[in-house]
Amino acid sequence: MSKSNDSISKTLTVAFILCLVCAVIVSVSAVALKPLQNANQEDFRRSNILVAAGLITANEATKDRIAEEFAKIQVKVVDLRTGEFTQDVSVETYDQLRAAKDPAQSFELDEVAIGVKRLENYGLVYLVGDEANPDRIIIPVRGPGLWSTLHGFLALEGDGNTIAGMGFYDHAETPGLGGEVDNPNWKAQWPGKKAYREDSMQPLLGLSKNPDGVHEVDTLSGASLTARGVTNLLQFWVSEQAYGSFLAKFRQGGA
Amino acid sequence: MANDTTKTVLISPIFKNNPIALQVLGICSALAVTTSMQVAVVMTIAVMFVTAFSNFFVSLIRNHIPSSIRIIVQMTIIASLVIVVDQVLKAYAYEISRQLSVFVGLIITNCIVMGRAEAYAMKNGPVISFWDGIGNGFGYGVVLMLVGAVREIFGAGSFFGYQILSLTKDGGWYLANGLMLLPPSAFFIIGLLIWALRSWQPEQNEIPEFKITENTKSEGAM
Repeated sequence: MSKSNDSISKTLTVAFILCLVCAVIVSVSAVALKPLQNANQEDFRRSNILVAAGLITANEATKDRIAEEFAKIQVKVVDLRTGEFTQDVSVETYDQLRAAKDPAQSFELDEVAIGVKRLENYGLVYLVGDEANPDRIIIPVRGPGLWSTLHGFLALEGDGNTIAGMGFYDHAETPGLGGEVDNPNWKAQWPGKKAYREDSMQPLLGLSKNPDGVHEVDTLSGASLTARGVTNLLQFWVSEQAYGSFLAKFRQGGA
Repeated sequence: MANDTTKTVLISPIFKNNPIALQVLGICSALAVTTSMQVAVVMTIAVMFVTAFSNFFVSLIRNHIPSSIRIIVQMTIIASLVIVVDQVLKAYAYEISRQLSVFVGLIITNCIVMGRAEAYAMKNGPVISFWDGIGNGFGYGVVLMLVGAVREIFGAGSFFGYQILSLTKDGGWYLANGLMLLPPSAFFIIGLLIWALRSWQPEQNEIPEFKITENTKSEGAM
């Protein structure tokens, strides 16, 4: 190449123009495709709610099927401080994850559990069937694993105690180890387990090396920290700090 | 190099100068994304797109790239293309993009893309470079799909997701070979492929770097 290509000014110019052009291309594609990606993510989240609740299997999750099944679900807002349904915020616009970060919409926890210092005032619940006597109660759960925050759903039967299913839709745990939380065979152990100690609201569900068969399922081998994280987060979200007081009403029979 | 035709740059990377089998590049992603045909095909298309266009753009500005920053210039172009591919997959093929996960992003580090940009596009015109990228991306994809076919058929008893061998766990006769779904199996299959290819085209064999001398002291050893 000619010598002029290697001059400092030429080097800087080429680098600058190249960066500019590439930056424009990347941002245009990112911005232009955002709506489609969001729609996909929303569908994926919904399909996870449905799969966790056992309403569809993962293979059936087509767009139409998701829309059809999701129509049967009632989305409600619960005040996590009291466990009552509330109309204070609109279901359509409420973003639970954003609220958790907003001091005006969240409160400080007395005990710092699972690395969560603040909890949002309101939580979403997904009810299948009648509002007062639902077939399934689905609550969102999240919490730290080893590398990432796991986001998922826990589905309970109408008694607010028997687990109907569980699944995570977003995490970045080690594939093959902690990532096995997505393994359908492992997840199949959850249905039928009880969330609480008998006659008490103490959460006992979780992962264990020696599962007691009533509350616990087999742990994930080679993934101690992910397993501990999953146990903690599940126990936290059904505890009285979070959805516990809401679920308690169903255990006593009807809200 | 100068008298390459479109046909030769398209055909030769498939068997004669295959990026995986002969140049032994891009093995890492070949281990990871060959568990099923569907994923292998999407990965093939993604890599073809990236190699073709990175070759094209690098070649287009090859006379203006200062040699001191040429690698980073190539990387920038490749990285931008990969991000675009990733975004498109997330928008139009969400399920597959979740399966490919990090490996779309890792196309950036795929030696084939860099190798073709540095070795071919820096010295040749944009159009022929573009076809060279298509050819090499496809050459990579052929191996990917062959490995993917073997792994999916024997590991999961299916092909493109359709069950063709009935599995014992569903009451059939075929006991799925779990090893096939794990990365090491791709090593074996790629190894066997390279062996087969080099038996068929012996000119691909490398010249041995040294020759083991005959044992001249066999009497002493007895």
